[in-house]
Amino acid sequence: MSHVVMNVSGLGKVFRRYSHELYRVLRWFGIKAPIAEERWVLKDISFEVLSGQALGIVGRNGAGKSTLLKLITGTMRPSAGAVTIHGKIAAILELGMGFNPDYTGRQNVFHALGLMGHQHAEIAATLDDIAGFSELGTYFDQPLRVYSSGMHMRLAFSVATAFRPDILIVDEALSVGDAYFQHKSFDRIKAFQKEGTTLILVSHDRMALLSLCDRAILLHNGAVAKDGDPEAVLDYYNALLSDASDASIETRELSDGRIQTSSGSKKVTIEAVSLVNARGDSVDTLDVGESVTIRVRTRVHQPVDNLVLGYSIKDRFGQTLYGTNTHYTAQSLEHVLPGDVFDFSIAFEAHFGEGSYSVALALVGGENHIGDNYEWRDLALIFSVANLSRPTFDGKLFLPSTIAIEKLEG
Amino acid sequence: MILNLLRALWSYRYFLVTSIMADFRNRVLRSRLGFLWIILAPLSQVLIYAFVLSNLMSQRLPGIDSSFSYAIYLMSGFQAWLLFSEIITRSITVFIDNGNVLKKISFPRTILPIVVISTSLITNLIFLALVIITFTLVGFPLGWNLLWLPVMMVINTAFAAGIGLVAGILNVFIRDIGQLTPILMQFLFWFTPIVYTINILPEAFQKIVMLNPMFWIIDGYHRVMVFNEAPLNGPLMVIFGLSLVILGLAFWLFRKASPEMVDAL
Repeated sequence: MSHVVMNVSGLGKVFRRYSHELYRVLRWFGIKAPIAEERWVLKDISFEVLSGQALGIVGRNGAGKSTLLKLITGTMRPSAGAVTIHGKIAAILELGMGFNPDYTGRQNVFHALGLMGHQHAEIAATLDDIAGFSELGTYFDQPLRVYSSGMHMRLAFSVATAFRPDILIVDEALSVGDAYFQHKSFDRIKAFQKEGTTLILVSHDRMALLSLCDRAILLHNGAVAKDGDPEAVLDYYNALLSDASDASIETRELSDGRIQTSSGSKKVTIEAVSLVNARGDSVDTLDVGESVTIRVRTRVHQPVDNLVLGYSIKDRFGQTLYGTNTHYTAQSLEHVLPGDVFDFSIAFEAHFGEGSYSVALALVGGENHIGDNYEWRDLALIFSVANLSRPTFDGKLFLPSTIAIEKLEG
Repeated sequence: MILNLLRALWSYRYFLVTSIMADFRNRVLRSRLGFLWIILAPLSQVLIYAFVLSNLMSQRLPGIDSSFSYAIYLMSGFQAWLLFSEIITRSITVFIDNGNVLKKISFPRTILPIVVISTSLITNLIFLALVIITFTLVGFPLGWNLLWLPVMMVINTAFAAGIGLVAGILNVFIRDIGQLTPILMQFLFWFTPIVYTINILPEAFQKIVMLNPMFWIIDGYHRVMVFNEAPLNGPLMVIFGLSLVILGLAFWLFRKASPEMVDAL
């Protein structure tokens, strides 16, 4: 059964600046010295994490992610609230384990694991394993300053995961290193998860978050802005990225329980969206390879210089399979006026494998939604693909092929 | 509280040993002469003073029956000063130097000053071996009072660690302290009779120098190593008491500063 392994309650962290550092020291002695500036980077954060859960933490730079992780690992002390941990915790914070550049890989292993409270004999027993997993070869006995950043990361990951912790914290580290090692580390993390390790992952990598995590927390301005299913949280985060002052973010729960996020300034809005087949009937299930059209009706409310419609088709995990926009196709509309209504028809053949897919739509002023975002809508359409007419195949993509077989002997 | 600390230290005993070893290896790793450098630096200092000042000083060392009397006096003084200054200079930067680790791994931070004190003591013992070898080579007899030396080392270490840690903790927040200390150490060195004897000073000045705790510690070393006498208990007890008070202050300061330390590193 899963139980609570981590309880964060009312957690807050303030960084204080003093006009002179002497005031800080005076305050320890109980003297009321003036504080020049107080900055709460985290405020009143509360959540619980269960054993075996994989929690992703997302947020913009400066949202307080790293501070939260440092408070959880205990290198930083909270200014308010508390973090309670049940079990052993291991962390890879900001690429590295505080390695000493002059020590060899081997010495650093002893040093870092020693600091983490492991006994000499334990470390010695796992040394071969670390050397093997990090695949450093002869570099293992060379000082760290000659390592590449990838090697450094490999060693850090191997050290942090040398003993299966109850909670593993990974801060961005997985984005470094080659694809091969990334796969290897993903496998190790997944194996830990199966044995009950809780994972806390900070990443900007949508793919990593969607494939590893079953829950996500969005930090915004030092507070929890969203907590829930990774896909919904990431969509909300995406909407937040275009956070222009006039933007608003709305979420709506769909009939299947997924959460639709829409945001934007609403200068131009999406009025209606439908998926129709060749006969013009509205459909939600398609045959593999069927010709269909996405119809989008938009209405202009305020004059805009440039109007671009973008769409992307995503799989069940929220990963984009295909997407483009009318800027790329050189069809952007210029100087549209209030009252204008445009119908966009996106016709394509559904060359997808069996499964459920969604369409995200965006009405923007340029190539992407970071500039002018009029309306961005995730999960604007959901459809599924069934294989009714083709030979059985596997995968998300339909790539019709011919297979030739020649008998040469016998 | 103290018990928890001791328990934590006990579970970190192997770490302590490997860190001390790594620290030494690290200091000598990339040099040809390796371990010799740990000895050569202080030794060259002694040689310079012996060479420059021996003619000036040789007349004024009553009670030492050796033609190397000044060198012997000098070495025993340095035996004390080197321990004191190494603990202080390394304590001042111990938290800053380990900032990277402090930010990444959560561990009992008291372990860091303990590594510093241990390595300093080991260096000092190596120097002591050298001193004893030299004394024997020049035919200077070592008396039974040398057995007092461990006591002197404890007092010296406590005094240095107390001051060094208070300064080291404050230095995390107020970096001027790290700049100021070497200057103060220079003054202290010359205000302490290490390369000279106290009786060459004017009477009034002698009284001021006697207010310097380092004078009494060095004096203890001189008595024990050079004059084969027991150290003066009275003043040393006072200094030891004072050291414990400063250590207590350092400990208290550490507990207050600890939550904010990583913020400032």
